[in-house]
Amino acid sequence: MKTTDSAVQIKNPGQNQIYAIQMREITKTFGSVVANKKVMLDLKKGEILSLLGENGSGKTTLMNMLSGIYHPDEGYIFINGKEVSIQSPRDAYKYGIGMIHQHFTLVDVFTAAENVILGLNDGSKFDRKEVSRKVSEIASRYGFEIDPEKKIYEMSVSQKQTLEIIKALYRGADILILDEPTAVLTPQETDKLFAVMRNMKKDGKSIIIITHKLNEVMEISDRVAVLRKGEYIGCVDTSETSPQALTDMMVGRATTLDIDRPDPVDPEPRLVIEGLTCIDHEGVKRLDNVSFTANSGEILGIAGIAGSGQKELLEAIAGLYPVSKGTITYKPKDKSEMSLVGMDPLLIKKSGIAMSFVPEDRLGMGLVGSMGMTGNMMLRSWRKNRGFFVNRKDPNQLANQILKNLEVVTPSTEFPVRRLSGGNVQKVLVGREIASAPAVLMTAYAVRGLDINTSYTIYNLLTEQKTKGVAVIYVGEDLDVLLALCDRLIVLCGGQVSGVVDCRNITKEEVGLLMTKYRKEGASHD
Amino acid sequence: MTKANLAHDPLIRISKREDIPMWKSWLVRIIGLLLALVVSGIVIVCITHINPFMVFAKMASGSFGSWIKNTNAAGETVEVLTISTKRIWVTIRDIMTLLCISVGLAPAFAMKFWNVGAEGQVLVGGIATVACMKYFTGLPTIVLVLVMIVVSMLAGAIWGFFPGFFKAHWNTNETLFTLMMNYIAIQITSFMVAVWENPPGSNSVGVINRNDQYGWLPSLFSDVPNKDFGWNVIIVLIVTVAVFIYLRYSKQGYEISVVGDSVNTARYAGIRVKKVYIRTMAISGAICGLAGFVAVSGASHTISTSTAGGRGFTAIIVAWLAKFNTFTMILISALLVVLDKGASEIASSYGINEYVSQIITGIILFFLLGSEFFINYQLKFRHNKGAEPPAAKPVQAPAANTDNEDKEANE
Repeated sequence: MKTTDSAVQIKNPGQNQIYAIQMREITKTFGSVVANKKVMLDLKKGEILSLLGENGSGKTTLMNMLSGIYHPDEGYIFINGKEVSIQSPRDAYKYGIGMIHQHFTLVDVFTAAENVILGLNDGSKFDRKEVSRKVSEIASRYGFEIDPEKKIYEMSVSQKQTLEIIKALYRGADILILDEPTAVLTPQETDKLFAVMRNMKKDGKSIIIITHKLNEVMEISDRVAVLRKGEYIGCVDTSETSPQALTDMMVGRATTLDIDRPDPVDPEPRLVIEGLTCIDHEGVKRLDNVSFTANSGEILGIAGIAGSGQKELLEAIAGLYPVSKGTITYKPKDKSEMSLVGMDPLLIKKSGIAMSFVPEDRLGMGLVGSMGMTGNMMLRSWRKNRGFFVNRKDPNQLANQILKNLEVVTPSTEFPVRRLSGGNVQKVLVGREIASAPAVLMTAYAVRGLDINTSYTIYNLLTEQKTKGVAVIYVGEDLDVLLALCDRLIVLCGGQVSGVVDCRNITKEEVGLLMTKYRKEGASHD
Repeated sequence: MTKANLAHDPLIRISKREDIPMWKSWLVRIIGLLLALVVSGIVIVCITHINPFMVFAKMASGSFGSWIKNTNAAGETVEVLTISTKRIWVTIRDIMTLLCISVGLAPAFAMKFWNVGAEGQVLVGGIATVACMKYFTGLPTIVLVLVMIVVSMLAGAIWGFFPGFFKAHWNTNETLFTLMMNYIAIQITSFMVAVWENPPGSNSVGVINRNDQYGWLPSLFSDVPNKDFGWNVIIVLIVTVAVFIYLRYSKQGYEISVVGDSVNTARYAGIRVKKVYIRTMAISGAICGLAGFVAVSGASHTISTSTAGGRGFTAIIVAWLAKFNTFTMILISALLVVLDKGASEIASSYGINEYVSQIITGIILFFLLGSEFFINYQLKFRHNKGAEPPAAKPVQAPAANTDNEDKEANE
């Protein structure tokens, strides 16, 4: 029987000497969303390859297909020149692939050694001493510092990551995939990690590092592969490229978008934020001394790599995220100003502040998935009428109005919104938020996952609100759209404002650099 | 490649159904019931060697009457079903008690708050009722009944308040918490039984106020107590309708649905989630407490640790099968009680072990619950799935070859 495997070997005899991994024409879809489209990737033996791309460009999905978490819908994977089918993380280890995920997969109450051995099923007895010895041996070979008897809950984030890498090496991984390993590290820890990576490379390991920090790409990698919107853009040698060139590859060439952008009319400060600092329940600073003003009659864009504090910023304003320091002041027209810090959504509403918020998590926060359009309209209005019973008549009218105006495709206004398509869900949410005649309208990733036409519908709705004098805050991820839609743009990086720019006089590349601006202080790490 | 890929596809895949028409879901249920009868028929024949059809007939009639041996004109012995009003009323009474508990669970369950503490909430409601019957002497019946209703609901509400309060403030696990509260209630009941023991040494409370029937829920259609249980029906049906309206049309009911769907959405909409937790659990406990009153004043006129008798847990099945719709709960409660009565009937009339009849009940419930699985999920077999993508497969192979050639060219 002649298999494809042997055919490949015959045709490419030299390849298994050079490449540890070759991915060909990899396509992966989730429902109607295409995460990877005919992606190619080559990893040479003994090299460090950076996988670069904006958030949502499909980096992690691609790597998950190597580590056996997903299986490609189409395409081929070759390991050492041999075609393989990786069905599970166990398979991945069989082929010598170990992935270190962003979220660690360790058991808190176990020791380091116990975690290393967990899930290994080679029939041998668990010999604590032997495992500890091997762990120490691996650690000393590559320059890790680890105590095999330490419990996970006593470890720092950096130690946990070290352990994850050791775990992969213990299982004989020759190919290591690190998913944004530096996101959780301080600069000093990052340096240490890079030293270890260089040692591993010297030892003949092949490494893929997923990142979007350009300076790190330049520092550590031999080659860089770039993905954009699920597609493979290209692969270059690090020595022959520059951060500027990489940014161009990452964000793509400026495309002209046909979005009508009228100039703001009589902008006046509506929402003033000063020195806003938020700390999450783990003690990590999510927002660090953020200050800006949102004006009426203007769309204020917020750009940044995902997780730079956009979610926390909007939720803090909406009264859903605790504020540690700073002020949020609402300045209504012809009325005295109000401080929003310490208010919850109910108080904000009762104070007569017309604030609308389209959150990122549409079904998990903005809507009630199991209810129909009418039930979801009530989310804003059910308190309005007096008495014990809810008024369903007006919300139903509103639902029908939105259904007609925004062309929502649904069997009826009672059909659970959970079962509508993403675009229709978003129309319902945006429609409702705009219908309450807001003075401030905040939207987070309002067009994520939507097709072009629906996206334009949303853009036009937002611009219409702007011309009505609403202060619109638009958190987005597509720089082309941000620059074409917004009047001013705030760039967030690691919870800090790394720039406030005028959208009419800036290039995408400049914004891209602000987004990935390296901060020695490491705002999000302390 | 193609072959290797297929071999890894599982033989059967389970996927969630998008939608199922009403008739189809009922068809699944009916098929489930028929299968249950076939399987239990086989079990009956294997264990008891009795004609299964006769067993089913007796099971179905157990709630309405009893089979009495008669000699007909030809001198043969035949069994004739004698309908008994008394028996029907007892069946209705038991349906109502179970229904009341299930309805009590509905608000908590609609909030995705897994109240498994109905057993305890019923018991404290029952204790409160007995206390009223014993200590509030000399009140007119109507006043006493109202007092008992209020006090039993209050007791149940307190029992529901604690798990709600702790969940709201410290995010405790409500399932464990409500379950533990059951044991506290059982211990308190044991203690109260010892206090109220009558006659001394019997280790039971006995029938309370047997002579003057003070505090007994009266009959609706006659002056003789225990002749019918019409008031039980009225009280429980009022609650059933009220809870239905409360959940569906009131603002508080709306809050419950939103909290049940997503706590984050509730916060976003300005709903005070903690308050909703506590309030809803108090209501849930109150209705279960009322069920304790119905069980004591309206039925047994006594209290023991088995007053709730596992109905607090059976009610969970009722609530789930009815998908928290209180009207559907009437049907489900009736079905479960009729099954239970039928099981005892065949046990006594054939002199067989009661476990046999419980096996039959178990089989029927298993198939009913199982049919819910097939209503929500569908099975996809491998060869069906294989039929979808083959169009893409042949295209792949040459594409890969081209790549490899490109590769060569590059080098």
